[in-house]
Amino acid sequence: MKTKLTAFVLAGMVTAAPALADLVVPNLSYRTGPYGANGTQYADGFNDYFTLLNERDGGIGGEIIQVPECETAYNTEKGVECYEATKDTGALVYNPLSTGITYQLIPKVGVDKKVLYTPGYGRTSAKNGKVFEWVFNAPANYWDGASVAIKYLLEENGGDLSGKKIALVYHNSAYGKEPIRTLEELAAKHGFELNAIPVEAPGQEQKSQWLQIRRDKPDYVLMWGWGVMNQVAIQEAANIRFPMENFIGIWWAGSEIDVGPAGAGADGYKSLTFNGVGMDYPLYDDLKTHVLDTGKASQGGEHVGSAVYSRGMYAAVVIAEAIRKAQELAGTAQINPEQLREGFENLEISTERLAEIGLPDFGPEIALSCSNHGGSGMARIQQWDASAKTWNLITEFTEPDNEVLDPLIAADSEAYAKEAGITPRECN
Amino acid sequence: MLYREAGDFKTTYRDDGQTFPIRLDRWGYYVTLAVAFGIIPFVINDYWASAVFVPFLIYAIAALGLNILTGYAGQVSLGTGGFMAVGAYAVYKLMTAFPDISIVIHILLAGGITAMVGVLFGLPSLRIKGFYLAVATLAAQFFLVWLFNKVPWFYNYSASGQITAPERTILGQAVTGPASTASAKYLICLVFVFALAWIARNLTRGTLGRKWMAIRDMDIAAEIIGVNPLTAKLSAFAVSSFFIGIAGALLFAVYLGAAEVGEAFGINKSFLVLFMVIIGGLGSIFGSFAGAAFMVMMPVFLKNVLVGSLGWPTDLAAHIELMIVGALIVMFLIVEPHGLARLWSLTKEKLRLWPFPH
Repeated sequence: MKTKLTAFVLAGMVTAAPALADLVVPNLSYRTGPYGANGTQYADGFNDYFTLLNERDGGIGGEIIQVPECETAYNTEKGVECYEATKDTGALVYNPLSTGITYQLIPKVGVDKKVLYTPGYGRTSAKNGKVFEWVFNAPANYWDGASVAIKYLLEENGGDLSGKKIALVYHNSAYGKEPIRTLEELAAKHGFELNAIPVEAPGQEQKSQWLQIRRDKPDYVLMWGWGVMNQVAIQEAANIRFPMENFIGIWWAGSEIDVGPAGAGADGYKSLTFNGVGMDYPLYDDLKTHVLDTGKASQGGEHVGSAVYSRGMYAAVVIAEAIRKAQELAGTAQINPEQLREGFENLEISTERLAEIGLPDFGPEIALSCSNHGGSGMARIQQWDASAKTWNLITEFTEPDNEVLDPLIAADSEAYAKEAGITPRECN
Repeated sequence: MLYREAGDFKTTYRDDGQTFPIRLDRWGYYVTLAVAFGIIPFVINDYWASAVFVPFLIYAIAALGLNILTGYAGQVSLGTGGFMAVGAYAVYKLMTAFPDISIVIHILLAGGITAMVGVLFGLPSLRIKGFYLAVATLAAQFFLVWLFNKVPWFYNYSASGQITAPERTILGQAVTGPASTASAKYLICLVFVFALAWIARNLTRGTLGRKWMAIRDMDIAAEIIGVNPLTAKLSAFAVSSFFIGIAGALLFAVYLGAAEVGEAFGINKSFLVLFMVIIGGLGSIFGSFAGAAFMVMMPVFLKNVLVGSLGWPTDLAAHIELMIVGALIVMFLIVEPHGLARLWSLTKEKLRLWPFPH
């Protein structure tokens, strides 16, 4: 039985060898599992932008971009398999959309010389390019998000949060635990009281957490959730009649499918975002002509324009810009991961460039360097309008409190460098 | 015809009692070992190691461990994931606290710590049986995962609660950490599997194994013939947890490199290993390997065929893969309720007579 099986597996794998060519950007997606509803939208946005570049411009610099997809189901073991299966196919950059898989890949990409791009997720201290040479997390990370949310609350309260109670409802995993350290620092600085409430993954059961919130009556609730946890939390918040405008989610808790199940009860719910929302951008005209109307859209284009789709597309935009920059620096269209890394480190996406792409004011300006792999960290707040079923942007891009974040990032990255035996490189 | 015993004479009791009494089986075993140790390490690449061989070997250890407890001693356990987490966190704490001591010693110590935790959670087995015991071990699963999530000391106070394996070497070869080669990872797992399977086989056919099986078959009768249920049950928990702890330590340190307790060692892991044991065959060493191979390789194989060869969309393939694996499990269990190991022994019976069945 075993030998037969091995023979079968052998046969399966020999035929599965992909062709080496073009620019390869693997899409480690998840369209199944507890987070599949969100993951599938992100993957569609990611695929569609590259399809658009291939169809409209013939790729980047004349090189066609290949986006082989690999299903991870948000599972770290499948993530390893996907990474190993794609890394020898000339893959340039990975974007696994999972903090767990990111943690696993961070040490590996340094050895295999692959770029890891984790926009808005992953390890926050990867912003420090001196330690994390191969990892980029522009335009914003979790600590930026936590700080921008608190800054927004400060503005709402005339610059004073002392004596206020803020609860953090978080996914009890590496992802959800990330902001706690920053929020604790911010609580000490601004004098508010922080109460962190964990929700066990996947988060379908949150009765006791919201009962606790009902009893404690916090002034504000922040949420670090993903997948089904968001829908349940918003529904539960509506059930206990928590004022929605005092409930702010991270960008991963701000999509249409999160607020949909609560219906009118979700009206006024706020979330952070680092990308624009809606379809009111010129790029969508091109997308319609070249991708949607020609039937080349990923999954038939059913999620085009949703918040998570836009974020997946935005990740593809940044990667495409980095490839362009790398081609310019290297003087060749067929770049390798080392050259792409250079491209990322010298990446500059100005507001003019974004308008040129057809996405004016879609994201913050990005300017990376050898030591700064995380950009400015700017984010903005969006609010859900349940009657119109749209997200509305209610603030401009806001800078986080770098006075608090910089020492934290330095401390965490130094701890990693020590643990992993890395000597931070010099940046000039 | 090909597979027969004619001419295979035994002249001593020792010969008669060996693990593989049939010459062809024995040769098969030697050839497998020769291939596993002599050929695969030289041809293996990163993909084969990470996607197929390393997880197969590690899960084989876990399945052996659970098979000792459930298959041989008859104590149902749903705490495998939790015990694997104990192994993983023990090896992590040891690796970071004593970086100069060999990783092999750390892995063995992690197994020992898990054995102690296993005995502790095995205590209820002295009073309760069957489904009730399954619930008690389920409590162990949830308690242990909660513990490793809650107490920051276990993950060295890292911001995210993730544990990451630093690089450790054996004879100058990195076996953990990102720089470890495919063959180094494969070989360390293979050595552990070989040693542990050998121990398991010899334990189960000795006094201890016979005591376990007596308890499994009928505990009152076993007690009457002089088997002490306290030592028999607790030794089964200890040995089983030792195996599972080593599997957890290898899973974290060698295979994953970074882990998070809820995701890597959740209840799903307990069920996965239990399925391996049931599909492979309860109370069989070969069954543990067959079950682990089935559950690890089948999804990878199907994925490569459906996505790689047939070019299906990944989400469709992932769903179909779940359905096919599920259907195969049901089919195998209908065809042979005693698992792949029984299927294999029936095949052998048939092959002995082939081509002249009476």
